[in-house]
Amino acid sequence: MNIIEQINQAHMAEMMVGKTMPDFNPGDTVKVFVKVKEGDKSRLQAYEGVCIARKNAGINSSFTVRKISFGEGVERVFPLYAPVVDKVELVRRGKVRRAKLYYLRDRRGRSARITEDMMGGNEGVATAADADKKA
Amino acid sequence: MRTGLVAKKVGMTRLFNQEGNEVPVTVLDVNGVQVVAQRTQEKDGYTALQLGIGARKPSRVSKPLRGQYAKSKVEPKQKLVEFRVDAKNMVDVGAELAASHFVPGQFVDVAGTTIGKGFAGAMKRWNFRGLEASHGVSVSHRSHGSTGQRQDPGKVFKGKKMAGHLGVERVTVQNLKVVSVDDDKGFVFLQGAIPGFEGGYVMVFDAVKKKLPEKLPLPAGLKAKAAAADAEKKG
Repeated sequence: MNIIEQINQAHMAEMMVGKTMPDFNPGDTVKVFVKVKEGDKSRLQAYEGVCIARKNAGINSSFTVRKISFGEGVERVFPLYAPVVDKVELVRRGKVRRAKLYYLRDRRGRSARITEDMMGGNEGVATAADADKKA
Repeated sequence: MRTGLVAKKVGMTRLFNQEGNEVPVTVLDVNGVQVVAQRTQEKDGYTALQLGIGARKPSRVSKPLRGQYAKSKVEPKQKLVEFRVDAKNMVDVGAELAASHFVPGQFVDVAGTTIGKGFAGAMKRWNFRGLEASHGVSVSHRSHGSTGQRQDPGKVFKGKKMAGHLGVERVTVQNLKVVSVDDDKGFVFLQGAIPGFEGGYVMVFDAVKKKLPEKLPLPAGLKAKAAAADAEKKG
């Protein structure tokens, strides 16, 4: 393994300390908790939408989440290892047949829906019971 | 003025800092940097340190140079470089310098040889805009324009910017921030890019145009001292 790769691995491990990422794929609906800084205070902001792409490239890994906000399509790209992403919650597994769901950009409403994947295994999906437990 | 370090460019990557920002860093390898010779006022008319980095087979070193290494009792080095220093900041021959020679947060200047671009046109070499894409321009869209006036002066002035060889020149990048140093592995992390290809050797100086931190190791950050400081911390 070359030196840069070693440094990246170590830094990735460091960034993931005390953080667990659910195993989510394109098509899944996820809730991303983003750290927002306001003055000297920081709080968490939830951003929920469909993951339409994942880029697996070591420390440069990222994922794209798309949602419709006030009738306008919004896409955000999150670096997987950035401290800005506090945690990710898996809301619903989707059944899709490709890795990049860019075709969703041209669709609205019913045709932009993704059917739920019942066979994909629901471990990791945050349920109401989970939320109760936390509360 | 204290000595700098000669270092090997390992490559670039990104790090995330405590504030959650992403920092693009260049990784430098400073393992095995040793003082090979001293230049003194009496003998050479100026004071400087000759540093070496990287191992080289003794059989690959010329006989006169081998004699010099033998005199200073240092293994032959891949690259030799001189740094001007003040007389009070001289370091003994054979001493090994550590990555902690530089302090996180301080600024450094880095000098290296840029990547060769070969024979480059005026657009790439001097950022000329070239000629129009249309309006009757044919064949010469990337050429430079006129190179002079009329019969008077009747010549192209010397130093006129034209196409030619680009790259493979010594360039110094100033005011790069030291993000962190790793003494065990011998790495220095700088914010930003430096000249040269990966695996190439560069010279790292304390920044000329920035105020230096007060707790800089003087006369230099030595390996033995770094180890002692580490031991002290541990117990």
